[in-house]
Amino acid sequence: MRSRGFSGGVHPDYNKKMANSRSIREMPLPDELVVYFSQNLGAPSKPIVKKGDEVKKGQVIGESGGFVSTPVHSPTSGKVVSIEKRPSPVGSDMLAAVIKPDGSDEWAPECDVERGNADLDGEKIKALIHNGGVVGMGGATFPTHVKLSPPPEKKIDLLIINGAECEPYLTADHRVMLERAAEVVDGASLFASVIGVGKVIIAIEKNKPDAIKVMERAIQGKDGFSVASMDVIYPQGAEKQLIYALSRRKVPAGGLPMDVGVLVQNVGTAVAASEAVRYNRPLIKRVVTVTGKGISEPGNIMARVGTKFSDLIEFCGGMDADTMKIINGGPMMGIAQHSLEAGMTKGTSGLVLLTRDEVGQYCSDPCIRCGRCLEVCPMNLNPSHLSIFTERMRFEDAESYNVMDCIECGCCAYVCPSRRPMVHHFRRAKAEIRNRVKKAG
Amino acid sequence: MLSAVIALSVLALLASFGLAIAARVFAVETDPRIELVEEALPGANCGGCGYPGCAGLAKAIVEGKAKVEDCPVGGEETRKAISEIMGISFEGGQVRMVALVNCKGDDQVASKRFFYNGIHDCASAALIFGGDKSCSYGCLGLGTCAEACPFGAIMMLESGLAEVEPDKCTGCGQCVDACPKGIIKMVPAERRLHILCSSHDKGAAARKACKTACIACQKCVKSAPEGSIVMDDFLAVVNYDFDIPYEVAEECPMNTIVVRDPGDDARSGCEEKTAAGGGA
Amino acid sequence: MEENIEGRDPQVPSQKKKEDPGPRFLVSSSPHMHDGRTVSSVMRLVLYALLPASLFSVYLFGLDAAKVIVISVGSAVIFEFLAQKLMKKDLRITDFSAVLTGLLLALNLPSASPWWLIVAGNFFAIVIAKQLYGGLGYNPFNPALIGRVVLLISFPVHMTARWVTSSPWGVDGVTTATPLAAAKESLATLGRIDVAFGKEEIISLLLGFRPGCLGEVSVVLLLIGGLFLIFKKVISWHIPVSFIGTVWVMTGIFHLADPTRFADPTFHVISGGLFLGAIFMATDYVTSPVTKNGMLMFGAGCGIITVIIRLFGGYPEGVSFAILLMNAATPLIDRWTKPKVFGAVKPEKAAA
Repeated sequence: MRSRGFSGGVHPDYNKKMANSRSIREMPLPDELVVYFSQNLGAPSKPIVKKGDEVKKGQVIGESGGFVSTPVHSPTSGKVVSIEKRPSPVGSDMLAAVIKPDGSDEWAPECDVERGNADLDGEKIKALIHNGGVVGMGGATFPTHVKLSPPPEKKIDLLIINGAECEPYLTADHRVMLERAAEVVDGASLFASVIGVGKVIIAIEKNKPDAIKVMERAIQGKDGFSVASMDVIYPQGAEKQLIYALSRRKVPAGGLPMDVGVLVQNVGTAVAASEAVRYNRPLIKRVVTVTGKGISEPGNIMARVGTKFSDLIEFCGGMDADTMKIINGGPMMGIAQHSLEAGMTKGTSGLVLLTRDEVGQYCSDPCIRCGRCLEVCPMNLNPSHLSIFTERMRFEDAESYNVMDCIECGCCAYVCPSRRPMVHHFRRAKAEIRNRVKKAG
Repeated sequence: MLSAVIALSVLALLASFGLAIAARVFAVETDPRIELVEEALPGANCGGCGYPGCAGLAKAIVEGKAKVEDCPVGGEETRKAISEIMGISFEGGQVRMVALVNCKGDDQVASKRFFYNGIHDCASAALIFGGDKSCSYGCLGLGTCAEACPFGAIMMLESGLAEVEPDKCTGCGQCVDACPKGIIKMVPAERRLHILCSSHDKGAAARKACKTACIACQKCVKSAPEGSIVMDDFLAVVNYDFDIPYEVAEECPMNTIVVRDPGDDARSGCEEKTAAGGGA
Repeated sequence: MEENIEGRDPQVPSQKKKEDPGPRFLVSSSPHMHDGRTVSSVMRLVLYALLPASLFSVYLFGLDAAKVIVISVGSAVIFEFLAQKLMKKDLRITDFSAVLTGLLLALNLPSASPWWLIVAGNFFAIVIAKQLYGGLGYNPFNPALIGRVVLLISFPVHMTARWVTSSPWGVDGVTTATPLAAAKESLATLGRIDVAFGKEEIISLLLGFRPGCLGEVSVVLLLIGGLFLIFKKVISWHIPVSFIGTVWVMTGIFHLADPTRFADPTFHVISGGLFLGAIFMATDYVTSPVTKNGMLMFGAGCGIITVIIRLFGGYPEGVSFAILLMNAATPLIDRWTKPKVFGAVKPEKAAA
């Protein structure tokens, strides 16, 4: 078999052993949930509840704020304590509904109802997925219904279900595949029927042989389905790299997977879609891997959207006093947190607690031009020059060296012997270039 | 030896003749006023006018594309000189503007939310949770404005704040664009009373974030002449069209209002108010 | 997993202050992992790779060689220290780059070099060629080579006429010319190349039993060091292979055209400082291109210039000049070989 890889990439310590054998545990309701109204990439949703309102589990509390937006639902039944700005896990403080659970965890009447196959056509499925607030659960939180609505001229002939999970430490997708394989396949077939593709590949890195076996069993009898075992290399799960590794199609720079006729969905998203369509259960909880040296009992936790990180940590036995960095997501692309008061979102795939001895710090040493970053860049950029350009505020040069195509996978900074904060540089350059475009236009 | 000397001398002579002829033949007609205007300009090439350096602005002024007062740096003198060159009547009386950093929350009064480990630059720091300062509006203190200032008029204080030295400031406005928090404003140089806060947080939240934040108590609004201090989304803002009595500063319970260098002002006898332990 | 950077972490968080309510965390941009390789560890690996050739040079040239190495490394480190102190920069002695520069310069000197020559060379290498340009990462030219070339031009007698034949522990070393110089000399006096180049000579050239700079003589040990660096992924094969390959092919063409005037290509490849230059000097990170295609161009350029100097220039050896000239072209090569971003080409024909 030909290699299932791409050029570039790195082999970090995966550290998945801590959590990959732990079954998914349901977390009891915490005392307070912080549900942000911005749960997806694109427009945030509009609050339709106010302070003091009683809400039911699954009730819509925020409406879609546009096409690239999804509704937000209450994760449990209870009372809206306040609508206020709260520390967010991804950036500046964000508007959130603070909900105090009443303990009964009672579904709203329209939710949790099994649906027959009778009236399910593509549009209906898409509407159900949208109403269920389903977003890409790999971390990018891009609204799923938008991905399922390619313009008619883009013919899609391949659906990839992304179970690569190349981020070190994280095992949430792994456990989902092991424990909810049937739903993954069901979600995948729903996606396939919406966009009318016959070929579905479930891509899993070779370091999860058990998941490959389980998924192979789950797709038996499914026409057009196959499981692909992928090379173990980071960032195998990045959309463009995964598509290339599987089909040798190159998504054009600045383009989308649909430009080469491919749709990629995460395994978790498939489960969420299946739940939303079959049972009218909106996306209100997800699997989070709580792991790292800093946590007492690493594990894979099924937690409500809005669960505060402090509650997650407490449920996992508390954290080590030496914990110095807490990451929402994986350690390669995740966001280091400053407040445990932040609540998890639909995109929180993991919470990684790193201790003092694991944390490396950046220093802004000069680039020694070793060229290692060029070797590992999966987008074939020149990170060395890009970071130097940004340092010297030469943003036009950075743009001409394609900084906008950077996927921020972090391979360059991972290997940089001068410990330069490369990705930070590129974020800065991108922000600056976007600002300039905004000002000009 | 001798032949070499002669050969080189002849070569040099030929070359200089060639250059002299080329200079005559290929000379470009330029408006002599461009050079004069350029000489009149400050020559700092700060870019505050939006043209590429002083030469760029000089060309634009002579070609009528820019106005005499488009140089934000040159004072009345410069404008007068350029007006004379251009043969335009000069009207004086423009107010000199200087930059002001609207934040007083140094490291002592505003805490850090986390240890920031990244590029030593405000614009980069602001990309991560908006910066490490407890107040999401405050000065990050990493000196991006000082770096951007072509005149070295911005000092980075030990306490973690940027401060403009009004005497050195030419009002070019580079720092205003450079600050990712947007807290540097241009104010008339003759005005000395300022409200050094940019926080639009509600009172309690602002107080929690910073000990010298404006908590929107409106005491200053009430004691100042009507319209001279206005409330804008939980922040008291000075309307610099008014000359506010310095006593108003005493009203502020948070020590947010300061009177800077009143000594060289006509009025005196009013000491600068400083925050406890602050370096404002 | 992580190795902390020696003593100069930018802001090591202290233990939490007492008035603060909760723990405070370190926050930075992603990624939050690192493979642990530092500038210092890279430099140390290169030093290890040079160790066999350096030790063998002491066997070949005796205590003189050890003296040169010690003085050179010592003065390089002292100059680096003084320069950084005087220029009020952070002390970066622990990155081992000065040690490496000192060692490389020592390996580029004859064993009979007087101490002042070595110190002067290191002054130019460290202070002029490196620190005045801003230190490691900013120097456009390879510091050790600048040091060597300055000495070569300023003190030609010391640098080109006092070669010592190698012998075990340097006991009966006599002054002779290097093989390349001997070849050039014979061409000038006899009008044809007159060097013995049989099986025996090849073996002694490969092992290093011949006059020359300390480190350039033992081709086998240099090759072992180079393979170690390629195995450790410190350098890639591109520059050494294209450099040595170009020299071999070009001298081969000339040799075929006129064997009486141009020596055997293999003789050219193993007799001078080519291996030291191609493996350890031309691959210097800071002064060579960062792209793979650029490295190939760089190596080929070095090879062409080396051959031109050796065959048609005044000096018998041209590796140093060739590398320095190509150093100057490095920014240009980098610009020419800007990598094509993933997906910049039209997507290939759909497979499915």
